[in-house]
Amino acid sequence: MNTKSNFRKTTADLLMLRQGAYRDAIVLPIIAIATALLIGALIMTATGVDIYTIGRSFAALGHGAFGSINAISETFTAAIPLILAGLGIGLGFRAGLFNIGAEGQIIIGGLLAVIFSFTFSDLPTIVLVTFTLIVGSLAGAAYAGIAGVLRAVTGAHEVILTIMLNLISYRILDYALRQPFIQKDGRSDPISKSVPGNGQLPKLLDWIDPNLRLHVGIFIMVGAVILLWWLIKKSKMGFAIRTNGENSHAALYAGMNPKMVIIGSMALAGGLAGLAGAVQISGVLERASPGFSAGIGFDAIAVALLGRSHPIGILFAGILFGGLEAGGRQMQIDAGVSIDLISIIQALVVVFIAAPLIIRTITPWAFSKNKRTS
Amino acid sequence: MDIELKGITKRFGSVIANDQINLQIKAGEVLGLLGENGAGKSTLMNILSGLYAPDEGKLLIDGIEVNFRGPGDSISAGIGMVHQHFMLVPIFSVAENVILGVEPVKTADYLDLSKARTLVNKISSEYGLSVPPDAIIEDLPVGIQQKVEIIKVLFREANVIIFDEPTAVLTPSEVEDFFSIVRALKASGKAIVFITHKLHEIKEIADRVTVLRHGRITGEGNPKRLTKEKLAEMMVGRQVAFTVNKIKSKIGQPVLKLKNIELHTKDNERVLKNINFSIKAGEIVGIAGIQGNGQTELIEVITGLRKNYTGEMFLGELDITRANARQRHVAGMAHIPEDRHKFGMVENFSITENIIINNYYEKRLSDFITINWIKARSAAALLCEEFDVRTPSVDLNGKSLSGGNQQKMVVARELGRKPKIVIAAQPTRGVDVGSIEYIHSRLVQSRDDGNGVLLISSELDEIISLSDRILVMYDGSIVAEFDNTDAKPKRNQIGLAMAGSTEEIYNEH
Repeated sequence: MNTKSNFRKTTADLLMLRQGAYRDAIVLPIIAIATALLIGALIMTATGVDIYTIGRSFAALGHGAFGSINAISETFTAAIPLILAGLGIGLGFRAGLFNIGAEGQIIIGGLLAVIFSFTFSDLPTIVLVTFTLIVGSLAGAAYAGIAGVLRAVTGAHEVILTIMLNLISYRILDYALRQPFIQKDGRSDPISKSVPGNGQLPKLLDWIDPNLRLHVGIFIMVGAVILLWWLIKKSKMGFAIRTNGENSHAALYAGMNPKMVIIGSMALAGGLAGLAGAVQISGVLERASPGFSAGIGFDAIAVALLGRSHPIGILFAGILFGGLEAGGRQMQIDAGVSIDLISIIQALVVVFIAAPLIIRTITPWAFSKNKRTS
Repeated sequence: MDIELKGITKRFGSVIANDQINLQIKAGEVLGLLGENGAGKSTLMNILSGLYAPDEGKLLIDGIEVNFRGPGDSISAGIGMVHQHFMLVPIFSVAENVILGVEPVKTADYLDLSKARTLVNKISSEYGLSVPPDAIIEDLPVGIQQKVEIIKVLFREANVIIFDEPTAVLTPSEVEDFFSIVRALKASGKAIVFITHKLHEIKEIADRVTVLRHGRITGEGNPKRLTKEKLAEMMVGRQVAFTVNKIKSKIGQPVLKLKNIELHTKDNERVLKNINFSIKAGEIVGIAGIQGNGQTELIEVITGLRKNYTGEMFLGELDITRANARQRHVAGMAHIPEDRHKFGMVENFSITENIIINNYYEKRLSDFITINWIKARSAAALLCEEFDVRTPSVDLNGKSLSGGNQQKMVVARELGRKPKIVIAAQPTRGVDVGSIEYIHSRLVQSRDDGNGVLLISSELDEIISLSDRILVMYDGSIVAEFDNTDAKPKRNQIGLAMAGSTEEIYNEH
């Protein structure tokens, strides 16, 4: 009993939860996922899939996500940018900002990263890779900073601002990919020059199988998780960000500068999204093409919500979403179930997380009886 | 209509909110229900209004047992409640608000507003309420809004009317007005339940009083025959000092000086008009006034939350006119904010976090970039100890504390850092008697230590018992000043000045 409550206390402490919130943070996502899978099964039944195939497709989902080295490699490869961008969005939530703009920040970060990488291709690997990532995150930070400054100075809403900046980023990408110094030589379609061999993030598992795509970006991602955990929990800046997010009046009263908090947390979030773009470019894609961001910036919102804006929660949520993506491909191959179903399940998970009351109502026994006022 | 509660018990988890409550509510009588915040008054009234079902006990109306399944049952049984926070739609007219939920309709779904108007007029003339049926709620003063609530209840043909802290939002003259309405209602045979924590109101208006503490009845009787001291003891559970012990203090140099302060809102409305005053070391200056006469703006200007004012401000010799909130804080200004839930604390933050919220950047608590949470916790624990903030742990959320302890937490944070000038705005609002006593003694102590204290309060009693000097604010200006060191009571003159009638004050000077 005591050990258990100690464990709870430590875990809760690690996740930066307040008393009683432990249950919500652990139990809620699990029930949400289970419910989402159940409804997914019902949808499959409704579309005429038989029980046996449903069973097989879920088995394929699990197997494709975590069942082999290749599966795990794919899961984590997909999780890296999701977690990086998700950390930024989660930080925004902590500051009371709803940053929809990770997609655009990934695009700008990735684009600038690839340009830097092929332009300075004769630098040694370590220098080139490091600076590519730095350039990518600075670009993302600057791009998000536009929204931050406009929000802080004019009060324009960040949701609108970041949505518009997303749309602008698509066009910037289209335009850039047609510029002669960016476009790949001899190609007529919009595609950038490739990241040179010495500009690529080293693969981690290619000594087992050259097809395993997992790259050193995973360490960057883990580093970012730890950094964000430290920032939010320990640092003065994190304290100001959290105060602003919880009660901006109190932040004003306490003499924290709300404008600087808004601009700072927006820029930091953009930096992380830009880093995600740069990592994706130099670790996986090796070039920029239209739509290379592939909706990662939007999935990252779901990851941040699922992880409840806690860096460690986001880590697990990102791995889950990475697993759903990797497993979803396997599901399609093994059972012939459309990969769209995975999107439905992902969406349902988010719905249940975002609306915890639904889960509380259908499974009241899973939650503490404490009266909640909010 | 008579109501009898027999052995009512209500539990929330392990907390017993109401324990074996027996209560009689009789027609033509005012029952005062006295108790501090959290004594179980609201729970009991929520049982009466059908929001909660009791775990044990019976509810009898005219001797017949009833079971309320929801608020609808209670309303149709003839029980009406006037909440402390009004349940009115601000952009609707009086008549529209009154009929909300029980709209009279002509054919089909066509609203019969003229019938509503007639009924409103009839009710308001019957009880001397004089409320214009077509006025829009948001244009009406709070006192009239309360009358609308009363009309709403009467419109639903309530025979038992429950008032929850009805005078909290009223000015002294509105309170008088309200009491005469209650007397009229009583005379017409209604049963009235009057919930409050103010002793003199109970003595003035109630025919019988029941005192609650920790969910139990701790006293009953005729309030006319019970002394204030006795009532307070029933309510708090120990003897309470009503007079603040104050020795004559040593007045020193001015610590805060305001010169020609002017403030305009965005709509170019002049909300602060040429404010000039200074507060010296060792004195408490009280600002009396009815809410909404510029006090909030004045506090925000003094504490640096508002910037676009003109004039000059000095803290000691230091010009703080252009300083922001943090610079003023560093220079020695403490601020107990008017609304602790809005400005004073973060409910979802731990007590530690709340206590360091405006000093976390100081060297004793942090280095260049990180906060030393170990030092922060021990600093918080020390302050909680010193300022009697009762909590099992400083790691608990601010919202887990009672109102009194939350406020003591804010006071601890502000006074714990030895300020030169204390801006205390409504420092005891929504706080239990014990905490009020404590906070008052702390403010007086701060003054005795040679600090200046500016006290802004809508409770005139508080201003009179604490202040050395009283300024009265009306319509954005300081309209009168009173010396409060001699024992002469000046209630009436202050009251007049609060209502904006300045001639008599000038006559006195």
